[in-house]
Amino acid sequence: MKTRSAIEITGLSHAVQRTEILAPTTLTLPGGKITALIGPNGAGKSTLSRLIARIEPPPEGTVLVNGLDVAQTPGARLARELAFMGQHTGLASRLRVRELVAFGRWPHCAGRPGPADSAAIARALHDFELEPLAGRFLDTLSGGQAQRAHLAMAAAQQTPWLILDEPLNNLDLAHARALMAHLARLREAGGSVLIVLHDLNFAAGWADHVVAMKAGAVVAEGPPAEVLTAPGLSALYETEIAVTEHCGRPLVLHHLGGVAERRQEA
Amino acid sequence: MAPRPLWLLALALLCALSVASLLTGAASLTPGAPDAALLLWVSRIPRTLAAILTGAALAVAGVVMQQIVRNRFVEPATAGTPEAAAAGLLAITLIAPDAPIWGKMAVAAISALGGAALFAALIRRLPAREIFLVPLAGLILSGVIGAGVTFLAWETDLLQYISIWLLSGEFSGVIAGRYELLWLAGAATLLAFFAADRFAILGLGPEAATMLGLNPRAVLRLGLLVVALVTAMVVVTVGMVPFVGLIVPNLVTRIMGDNLRAALPVVALGGAILVLGSDLVGRLLIHPYEIPAGTILGVVGALAFLWLLWRGDRDAH
Repeated sequence: MKTRSAIEITGLSHAVQRTEILAPTTLTLPGGKITALIGPNGAGKSTLSRLIARIEPPPEGTVLVNGLDVAQTPGARLARELAFMGQHTGLASRLRVRELVAFGRWPHCAGRPGPADSAAIARALHDFELEPLAGRFLDTLSGGQAQRAHLAMAAAQQTPWLILDEPLNNLDLAHARALMAHLARLREAGGSVLIVLHDLNFAAGWADHVVAMKAGAVVAEGPPAEVLTAPGLSALYETEIAVTEHCGRPLVLHHLGGVAERRQEA
Repeated sequence: MAPRPLWLLALALLCALSVASLLTGAASLTPGAPDAALLLWVSRIPRTLAAILTGAALAVAGVVMQQIVRNRFVEPATAGTPEAAAAGLLAITLIAPDAPIWGKMAVAAISALGGAALFAALIRRLPAREIFLVPLAGLILSGVIGAGVTFLAWETDLLQYISIWLLSGEFSGVIAGRYELLWLAGAATLLAFFAADRFAILGLGPEAATMLGLNPRAVLRLGLLVVALVTAMVVVTVGMVPFVGLIVPNLVTRIMGDNLRAALPVVALGGAILVLGSDLVGRLLIHPYEIPAGTILGVVGALAFLWLLWRGDRDAH
């Protein structure tokens, strides 16, 4: 079961105008877990997640999602295996929130929603606290509200895999934590998540597996306690980062590096 | 605002305008007059149907184009599509002057498709956030193609011939047997109804469309087909009818949003009302003479377009 629901990446690489964005990568993302993808800007995190979600054109190498080759499988079939939410361009459609979330059911019902679809839509609206906004147009929402609406659309797709590219952008602390808790519930129900994160403590607090990328290559992967270490993170981000422990999980003190230096000077 | 009352209101208004249109013209239509039935069947009914079909098709083509290129300030008429259709007609007239009318239509439609595809390809290279660059690129493209067509027509002494298509659209020449191509535009509009959800999803961006299992390029091609068919048939039959595809979708989606499945019927009705209303006003203003509906629309449309621009880009996709 676990191997069937994994994402298996073999020799995946990507170049734009001969500039290598992603070096040949072989990687297995475990099923039934939350995997955090971390790394500095330009590390190739978005590219990797977009390649897996077949948003970018078919590249070198193969990606298998639940055993389905992403490059060969019809899009409609894949849309029932994985949902993706990317970073938004700021062009908002004038759809009502409920209509947007309902489009998440398109892969299942092709525009003719049944009771199961209506239930999934209602559930997604509820999970992302969107009921009060359900009748509002997207272009009248704040950035964080629109972000939640798009997350709810991906959630309504109810796919075994959910791939999120920096979903915490625009979200306040409470909504960010609610999203992570939602992902944890999905995991308990057997779902699998790949999430690109900039805030390392969300990775430390919620992820089961962490993949660190730098300059288009995977440089480390493993459980949070193994990847989120002071030497590892300091090398990854090329700045001094301290790590302590809290409730048995790493706690990253990324803002304290300079403080320690100054204390030594004094 | 609830969609149903809006839909019914628009339908009632269109019915009233249709009756008025059937009763209005240079010749008076009194029951019992010897030629009344003939006048009705040969002139008034075709003219009314032509205006309704033209308006509905152009408004739907406009909203489809706005969704597939994700910009509210474009319509086929400001993106070079009618000029491309005229270019095709001119070419087939020069190469094979005796081609049957259906052959000429096909060439015009294919040429319009090429023009619309060229526009879609051009603007893909523009930064998405610069929303006013897209209509600007359309105006430039339409200017370039239009100039080419005019030059070629002038060189070949066909200037008068092409002016029928590129000048203000009007319905005074519409009689039975000379407007039926517009039913093809109507059929293309029906195609848009069936693909309404797909166009709305593409309006969320190619990324979202891919994620939901659609092929964005296939949806784009379908949209361009609708736009090209509608534009070619309208240009060939009644000439350029500007602004319908711009104003009506903007007004309707402002109230109803981009959920095309709900908005398309209202967009179609709105377009029919605007064109039939303009034709009616054109028949009444200097009665018994006529002002082309395209001219009326040019004035009304330009003012409405200015208002849309003045409102700023806050709703602009």
